[in-house]
Amino acid sequence: MPAIDYAGTTVETNDEGFLVDSSQWTPEVAEAIAQEVGLGELSDLHWKVITFCREDAAKQGTPPGLRRISKLSGVNMKELYQLFPKGPGKLAARVSGLPKPQGCI
Amino acid sequence: MKNLVILGAGTAGTTVANLLRKKLPTDWALKIIDPEPEHLFQPDLIFVPFDMQQPEKTIRPRKGTIGRGVEWIQRQVKLVEPDNKKVILDDDESVPYDILVIATGSHIRPEETEGLMGDEWFKSIFDFYTLEGAVALRDALAKFDGGRIAINTVEMPIKCPVAPLEITFLAESFFTHKGMRDAVELTYVTPLDGAFTKPIASAALGHLLDDRDIKVEAEFNAAAVDTERKVLKSWDEREVPFDLLITIPTHMGASFIEDSGLGDELAFIPTDNHTLVADGHDNIFVLGDATNLPTSKAGSVAHFQAEIVVDNILHLIKGESPKALFDGHANCFIESGYGRAMLIDFNYEQEPLPGTYPLPTVGPFPLLKESKFNHWGKLMFRYVYWHALLPGRPIPVPNQMQMLGKKLIAEGSLA
Repeated sequence: MPAIDYAGTTVETNDEGFLVDSSQWTPEVAEAIAQEVGLGELSDLHWKVITFCREDAAKQGTPPGLRRISKLSGVNMKELYQLFPKGPGKLAARVSGLPKPQGCI
Repeated sequence: MKNLVILGAGTAGTTVANLLRKKLPTDWALKIIDPEPEHLFQPDLIFVPFDMQQPEKTIRPRKGTIGRGVEWIQRQVKLVEPDNKKVILDDDESVPYDILVIATGSHIRPEETEGLMGDEWFKSIFDFYTLEGAVALRDALAKFDGGRIAINTVEMPIKCPVAPLEITFLAESFFTHKGMRDAVELTYVTPLDGAFTKPIASAALGHLLDDRDIKVEAEFNAAAVDTERKVLKSWDEREVPFDLLITIPTHMGASFIEDSGLGDELAFIPTDNHTLVADGHDNIFVLGDATNLPTSKAGSVAHFQAEIVVDNILHLIKGESPKALFDGHANCFIESGYGRAMLIDFNYEQEPLPGTYPLPTVGPFPLLKESKFNHWGKLMFRYVYWHALLPGRPIPVPNQMQMLGKKLIAEGSLA
């Protein structure tokens, strides 16, 4: 598993770039991942989603689905697609240092 | 007299009732509430569209599935009032409880997606999670003379997360047998980032879709169906055209859960991963598809959980804290067409691994691999279900996942 240096913090990631241990995440790590995946500078709205995802995952044990994010974070589906293009669920999870949303196989 | 009330007489609720009826102290009454007169064997719903099972064989009268000593109240639940320890029925009658078990499952909600239930519903758009949908799809597939078929999961979580793959593989096999595979374009449309999302399963099975010329449209979150143009549209404005759409609509818990304020945004009930106690309600247990647990919504899960819930109910009656702990164990056959199937066995911590099940080397069921044995196992399971699982007779499969027979693989070593 590759260890990556993000803004001076070394984190373990899996082959797809998701953090193996979400407790290694810091806001600086999020900013560095955002640069790497082409999101650029993170806006307040990005942070609203990231903060929600981290808090929710800590309670639920799994990263929130898109419906959950759009219903509970205060950022609607359209905005989510603008903030995290193509796959908001997967991208928001990666920037938030959470595992990828998965099926059972 | 004290009351133990079970809501829902599907796989989970019926199994709990039949296990409990011999174990509850004599000063407890056991009641189960479900409005439906028949019990549906849901694993057969994937076979009905391909005429591999007759619709009438998938159902049995509910009366015969509920053992003696259990009172069946054939009504709809309107509300649960945890503070008053009461269940309110649709005729406003109330049923008091001391311990409540919620097992009301997961239900498709096609009305959640714009256009799904419009003019084309049951004309060119079908579900297969209801018997009516599966029968309507069977009739449409029999007449289908070629064109584009899209199989779409609207959003996760769904009941039986492998069913969309199974319906796709079975459709591919169905048209090949009819000698018209070349006339059919199959597209598997998923909100996840691929048909397989776990590294070991992807490496072992990822080729199956390519080999069978099934297209995959990944990370597609369905927003609406344009029924005039017959296209499925995503939130990021991608389009998948279809002549026939097999939809796996949004799944939600029972509507009384929303009305009682017990559920999350999809009306699934926040539940302790291990004890199966509802969050914030010590005398309410939740199992089967009705929970928000991070494991599959599947019959095997309901079965393993039933034993845990029964143990914990007996602890609670004795004034003890819940001691039995669920590990997220699931065990699923996956039909892959051509008379073969795969088998997966996993829990909260361990993703599906290759190997053999339940015994090392001799199996007889190979894990994460296609085999005729697995297909026979899936068919044989019908008898196990009606005659052993549902009546609460012992089945020689432990409720905790075992590592015996599984091959450990490091993620880095995957080809």
